[in-house]
Amino acid sequence: MFDISPTEWTAIALSLRVATVATLIATPFGIAVAWLLARRDFRGRSVVDALIHLPLVLPPVVTGYLLLLTFGRRGLVGAWLADHLGIVFAFRWTGAALACGVMSFPLLVRPIRLSIEAVDRRLEQAADTLGAAPWRVFLTITLPLALPGVLAGMVLGFAKAIGEFGATITFVSNIPGETQTISSAIYSLIQTPDGDTAALRLVVISIVIAMSALIASEWFARRATKRLHGN
Amino acid sequence: MLRVDVTKQLGEFTLQASFTSEGRVTGLFGASGAGKTSLINMIAGLLRPDRGSIIVDGETLDDTAARVHIPAHRRRIGYVFQDARLFPHLDVRQNLDYGRRMNRLANDPAQHARVTDLLDIGRLLDRRPGQLSGGERQRVALGRALLSKPRLLLLDEPLGSLDESRKVEILPYLVRLRDEANVPMVYVSHDAAEMRQLATQIVMLRHGQVTAFGGVKVMSAPVSPA
Repeated sequence: MFDISPTEWTAIALSLRVATVATLIATPFGIAVAWLLARRDFRGRSVVDALIHLPLVLPPVVTGYLLLLTFGRRGLVGAWLADHLGIVFAFRWTGAALACGVMSFPLLVRPIRLSIEAVDRRLEQAADTLGAAPWRVFLTITLPLALPGVLAGMVLGFAKAIGEFGATITFVSNIPGETQTISSAIYSLIQTPDGDTAALRLVVISIVIAMSALIASEWFARRATKRLHGN
Repeated sequence: MLRVDVTKQLGEFTLQASFTSEGRVTGLFGASGAGKTSLINMIAGLLRPDRGSIIVDGETLDDTAARVHIPAHRRRIGYVFQDARLFPHLDVRQNLDYGRRMNRLANDPAQHARVTDLLDIGRLLDRRPGQLSGGERQRVALGRALLSKPRLLLLDEPLGSLDESRKVEILPYLVRLRDEANVPMVYVSHDAAEMRQLATQIVMLRHGQVTAFGGVKVMSAPVSPA
């Protein structure tokens, strides 16, 4: 049962790499968007809000297909990136990371936004009177105080990215060693005769990863909250 | 010197204040709801006047006619809030150092020692705000504002959230601050006794209007703030 084959290891390593890269790249964008939504009143705010939540409600296959149309080799953005910067998403692990980043974005943004909204604006005012320009107020007061939310958002986004399936398989297919993550490996295995045991192994592993992520997020949040209350 | 001539509409409430003060401690005196906090928020730059000007030591900080509005972080005006507002994720030492870092001022250990001695907060440096009493918090907030080297210090009812015994504990520090710190102050309060002890000039506010201005004796005039 616990004899993990090289193919399975490859899928596990790839999933971890895809989810890690997706989360790390999405986080700065997530923080920026969360701050905009929490602290700025601008025209089109509700449109931005809706756009971010779209991957949560659209069928994943639709998101994947839209990614293929946009970032595929002949896609508007994809062709430009390939020609000018040499970045290719189609049928590469980078594409899987892009798909996972987009799909997990709403889950990443939400806790960050809530925690920024919870930061006492009177503290930001105090920093302002002490000579801190707005971006320094953000870096020295708002962001550190919102840290529990940032970590929670990252872990949640990571867990979602690990489990992403529909958009990834639509956009970058299911190529062992390149784009076959745990989810798509499980999908292939359950369609293969005698694949049940291997599929079950991967199921157990994905449960372990998800549980560890949740426990880690709890631990981070508790530590950070303790910090916040000044004890 | 502080010269204020502003109008601000806040919902139903109209604040219209005009005065010039050269005093070491200008007391803004009036009942709650008279517009004292809105007025010093405008001096601090946290609130923008609808019309008028604010000039500190000859520098125009606000002038709606000339479209001048210097943002709060570039005014070099210290502010001690009623609720201290210490940064909970920083210890006392880092709180005290915050203004110096943000203004990119050189480290000044002598000044640091002077202020911590004056306010008697030297033994609190490694604590977090959550481990301080209300009075200690307010003293640290005073030190934090002073160490940003402001040209004017605003104090919004700094004793307001403290009980009587704590007030008696803090008041002497404020008197020392007035006599030793060499920074002009604007002191907001609705407490006549505090005003008599601290202020050198009084601006009396009532329903958003200045009703009297002058030395401490204006408070004994028949116009009661209530």
